[in-house]
Amino acid sequence: MELLRFTTAGSVDDGKSTLIGRLLYDSKSIFEDQLDAVKRASVQKGSEHINLALFTDGLRAEREQGITIDVAYRYFATPNRKFIIADTPGHIQYTRNMVTGASTANAAIVLIDARNGVIEQTHRHTFIAALLGIPHIIVCINKMDLMDFREEVYTSIKNDYQAFASQIFPGQDMRFIPISALKGDNVVKPSENMSWYTDGTLLHHLESIPISQDHDLKNQRFPVQYVIRPESDEFHDYRGYAGRVAGGFFHPGDKIVVHPSGIESEIVAVDTLSGPLAEAHPPMSVTLTLKDDVDISRGDMITGVGAIPRQSCDITTMICWMNQKPLQLNGKYALKHTTKDVRCIIQDIDYVLNISTLEKMTENKAIRMNDIARIRLRTTKPLCFDPYTTNRITGSLILIDETTNETVAAGMIV
Amino acid sequence: MGNYHLTHLKELESEAIYVLREVAAQFERPVLLFSGGKDSIVLVHLSRKAFYPARIPFPLLHIDTGHNFPETIEFRDRMARSVDARLLVGSVQESIDTGRAVEEKGINASRNVLQTVTLLDAIEVNKFDAAIGGARRDEEKARAKERFFSHRDEFGQWDPKNQRPELWYMFNGKKRMGEHFRVFPISNWTEMDVWQYILAENIDLPSIYFTHERDVFHRDGVWLAAAPFMEMKPSEKVEYRRVRCRTVGDISCTGLTLSSADTVEDIIQEIAATRVTERGGRYDDKRSEAAMEDRKKEGYF
Ligand SMILES: Nc1nc2c(ncn2[C@@H]2O[C@H](COP(=O)(O)OP(=O)(O)OP(=O)(O)O)[C@@H](O)[C@H]2O)c(=O)[nH]1
Ligand SMILES: [Mg+2]
Repeated sequence: MELLRFTTAGSVDDGKSTLIGRLLYDSKSIFEDQLDAVKRASVQKGSEHINLALFTDGLRAEREQGITIDVAYRYFATPNRKFIIADTPGHIQYTRNMVTGASTANAAIVLIDARNGVIEQTHRHTFIAALLGIPHIIVCINKMDLMDFREEVYTSIKNDYQAFASQIFPGQDMRFIPISALKGDNVVKPSENMSWYTDGTLLHHLESIPISQDHDLKNQRFPVQYVIRPESDEFHDYRGYAGRVAGGFFHPGDKIVVHPSGIESEIVAVDTLSGPLAEAHPPMSVTLTLKDDVDISRGDMITGVGAIPRQSCDITTMICWMNQKPLQLNGKYALKHTTKDVRCIIQDIDYVLNISTLEKMTENKAIRMNDIARIRLRTTKPLCFDPYTTNRITGSLILIDETTNETVAAGMIV
Repeated sequence: MGNYHLTHLKELESEAIYVLREVAAQFERPVLLFSGGKDSIVLVHLSRKAFYPARIPFPLLHIDTGHNFPETIEFRDRMARSVDARLLVGSVQESIDTGRAVEEKGINASRNVLQTVTLLDAIEVNKFDAAIGGARRDEEKARAKERFFSHRDEFGQWDPKNQRPELWYMFNGKKRMGEHFRVFPISNWTEMDVWQYILAENIDLPSIYFTHERDVFHRDGVWLAAAPFMEMKPSEKVEYRRVRCRTVGDISCTGLTLSSADTVEDIIQEIAATRVTERGGRYDDKRSEAAMEDRKKEGYF
């Protein structure tokens, strides 16, 4: 069985959690005790019917306020696919949690309230989905029940969205579905109220979108995560480099280079507990042993000898800023890139993006919470990286405030 | 180029191994919370895979309520020996004897909640900076919200409204003195995934997961094991039934399932057909709607 990870996106109250509740409920993925608990909680809140959003809005504070605060992960399966759902918050204050849920997704469901159409938060989430390189977008125009299920409402919102999205995601796989999450139209069951729409339910799309290879299969990339030294009699001289393949295929006999040292060697074995493998590819966790006794530690990267990654201390990156405290120009931050930890200084801000007009504001040097910007930074030690658009693993980084230890930015290297 | 798609189980396995290696790399004194239940047994198995051919680079810690199924304790000791891991035991009885924890009274008394005191004490005394647990997001609605690397303040508390963003697979394990992390490598596994994995990997389990006959009694829709320290109502009567455990915890709150499943295949079939969650039979979650969230905020597993 294959695994599809998807996330929800869209503005507050557009119906994301209700949709996930509906999807789970209509696909019979809710257990009786969960249903009873949600029924009880719905009645307690004075609701006449079951409040579907409560299947994911599980925290006390979320139930009090009737909004999603943090990502909820839910799981369900149909006969040929397993799904991991990240139901994320729409409220702008919790954008960081939306980015958290979206960062590992293969597909995003963007919800739009049919009464309001495309609004700024729709733009922001769409832009973030594009930045994160999510390969498939399913746009659900929701609450069609409140607009008498009229086709022209759907068409006009679809056109608006396409006009915006085509500027940022040319060539993106994008599908549109008119739905009512509350009533269930076109979620799992085809709608009886919108006979003008015939392109399939949401579940149908989730089951049939090709699970694109998210990984770079061309260029061999292996960030060393941990060095294995058994110190036992049986494996006295064993030295293995453990990690998760981030790109390409690795085989015994492959010639490799270690970065940043530039030392060359050859793979002897691809080890696992169940025995050596003939081949490893993303996203497998394996252990490599090499022919020569070279000095390698966590944070180094093993690659093929052909297409090697870029190597530099000067990095240009798009960022989503996620902290109350604005970014400090010339400030120092801790930086994590693959398995490497370095420090960096923010050298320049190229621009901050105006999310509605997509204008690049080059005069703006203030980056506040939820801003999307392009910056330049300089690291204390060189990074070996690829552009994010080539490799989501070797092209991403995070910034950490050294005084609070909070993760303050997600970075996509350009 | 061969087939480059992983099955969902292989992908989940690889994710968990990656997380375990991050723990070993980022923390000085990690520990694996080992209850003797299936999820922690799977965690030990994954840890062997993560560090092979080296030994598992952290000890196992069992928080022992003293109210156990004897089969679990026997299994726990055997497993620790077979993987050559150091086993530490934190005793809830000791926390009670020294006055750190106060025993609950009455019919529904359980030592389940008291485990938090013993756990936090063990973390502090041993200066553990990361505690690896087998909790899964599909178990419960508060757990559905938790990160892989979940920060705990100096009082061991979780702040669900203010979790750090967790981007891609880059885990930020930075913390101040006295703080620690809880790490959940099998966050994304469902109960079904765990059983399918146990089958695929041929993992050994304590006998209580399989059908056996035992003295039980019925309370509020849940079958509980009769044990000397379990107080019973006059209306409750002991019956001898064929049962098995779907989850294993403290005896006082572990619900038993009437079942004749005696192989992992049988269990998978049983779970595929069941209409209640595995925690539906856990007495500890029935206390209130937000029971788990509240316990977690205090520092529970
Ligand atoms: N009439 C109608 N109401 C809907 C529909 N979908 C959702 N709603 C209502 O819209 C409100 C908000 O729904 P939620 O599912 O909580 O919205 P959300 O997008 O998850 O909100 P956040 O997570 O806080 O961003 C609730 O009152 C829902 O009942 C729909 O299809 N039709
Ligand atoms: Mg929501």
